[in-house]
Amino acid sequence: MQLTQEQQQILDGMHGDTMAKVMKTLVMYGDAFEAEKLVPVTSKYNHLVTSFGLKMMTPVFDLMQQLIDAGVTSKQKFSVDPRPLDKNVPANFLQNLIFNKFMYSTQEFYEEQLNQLGLMEENAFTCACYMDQVGNKPQKGEVLSWAESSAVVYANSVLGARCNRNSGIVDIMGSIVGYVPYFGLLTDEGRKATWVVKIQTTKKPEAQLLGSAIGMKVMEDVPYIIGLDQWLGTELNESACTYLKDFGAATASNGAVGLYHVENLTPEAVEQGKALVVADAKEYIIDDAELERVKENYPVIWKDPDATPKLCFMGCPHMSLQQLKDWTDKVEAALKEYGNKKVVIPTVFTAAPKVLEEFKKTEYAARLKATGVITSYICPLMYMNNPLCKKMPVITSSNKLRTYTTARYYTDDEILVQITKGGK
Amino acid sequence: MKQFKGRVVTPGTVTAKAVVTTQGFNTLASLQSALQFGDKTAKCGDQNNADLYGKQLAGAALCLPQTIGSTTGGLVLYCACAMKRQPACMLFANHIDSLAAAGAVLADVWVDEVTMPVIDCLGDEFLNYVKDGMTITVQQDGTVCVEE
Repeated sequence: MQLTQEQQQILDGMHGDTMAKVMKTLVMYGDAFEAEKLVPVTSKYNHLVTSFGLKMMTPVFDLMQQLIDAGVTSKQKFSVDPRPLDKNVPANFLQNLIFNKFMYSTQEFYEEQLNQLGLMEENAFTCACYMDQVGNKPQKGEVLSWAESSAVVYANSVLGARCNRNSGIVDIMGSIVGYVPYFGLLTDEGRKATWVVKIQTTKKPEAQLLGSAIGMKVMEDVPYIIGLDQWLGTELNESACTYLKDFGAATASNGAVGLYHVENLTPEAVEQGKALVVADAKEYIIDDAELERVKENYPVIWKDPDATPKLCFMGCPHMSLQQLKDWTDKVEAALKEYGNKKVVIPTVFTAAPKVLEEFKKTEYAARLKATGVITSYICPLMYMNNPLCKKMPVITSSNKLRTYTTARYYTDDEILVQITKGGK
Repeated sequence: MKQFKGRVVTPGTVTAKAVVTTQGFNTLASLQSALQFGDKTAKCGDQNNADLYGKQLAGAALCLPQTIGSTTGGLVLYCACAMKRQPACMLFANHIDSLAAAGAVLADVWVDEVTMPVIDCLGDEFLNYVKDGMTITVQQDGTVCVEE
């Protein structure tokens, strides 16, 4: 890798041993991908994936402390993934014991480290940091050092920023030195599509199911999606962005997609069209039957597949303000239809603290509360990591939560029926 | 004995018994329970990986196509190394992925007294040939010797 004089001096220890090790990490990381150079990180804010004071991560906290003690902190302020704990979310005595004594016992300590390292503000905990209310929304063409997979794919695809699927810790190290290795999704060549996906469904495909199908098919490749604009339109309005948020998270978790292009909709597809597609691209056709096939093949790993759900999580990734409002209307209407006053399964809607703050200012907040739905800033994944929670029959319309936990996937419409009408 | 030549991601020499997965290795799902609940043998906790579930990973020569899953994967691998519960080496049939690369590099740069050689680009033939329990020797130049 060719380094500039400044970068070489950092590597040689001009700014101290710790800074030199940070630089060495990035150079070796880049070497693994034959990166020829480091390029500046240009976004205003960074975003970190590690938000949880999980006891097993003691080596990470030790490393963070080395950075703090050496005065090697981020030049950028940052947001970070959601907190793992929230008293509003139902948990029994034993589950809470495991959360507080065995799993997240170092949460307070770690949050203090995050403050010292450059947290944007005390409630900057969300996976959907690009929401307007949160304020960490990169501009087109900006280079990022992020790691959260759902945020990376959104920033690349919907916002046109440039970021690789980095790992935790590498995210903050890129931000500290101000450079990241130039390879993969940072390059024009790496942003070309090697798959053409044709949507031929008879109705608007479920975002999380479509994302899952594409993710499992293309894995880490870049898909160019044709035919989705007939359902989403050609404007990146709030509705389209919300759809793409959920769709992208599923592509990233069910596969390893870091960037997708939607014809006539996402910025690079609008600008370059089919010129983004490589000559020998593979093809994947998605119709109603294919989506059904994908859904039917999800394994059910509940001990009792016929168990009655004990909890429902919505909002992985975190819901938008509009989603909270829309779901308030839907839950109210469905409860009325089925003759119930409150949801029949404990249900948690998760969103960024700043989004929840805005939501609480609207008349929808009291209406949603009246339905019995709980709102929270929690990370459902972190909740489900508790061994006792893993054994619970939890339902969700998040394909990311399904992939990483024992939670069972249903479409939005199916979830709505389950939480308002009941049944298995 | 059969030899394969790969690319050195992080250097080192080691001899260990092989554990093999032909599907992607989910780092978080595989190692989280072991790291969280004090299992020094680091038995694989990924129920979705029939090749590895329940098998000891600490000290084994882990043969895999690539890693998959959460982008915390790199730091989980780093934690395994820092807690000395890491595989003896990681041998990738494919080009290494960004998460595994991060974990390997973080361990190499930031963890003292731990060496975990990582070799990639060993090819499909390597993964087709190697089986659980075979003896693996990794050499400094990325040569991997496999003995039945």
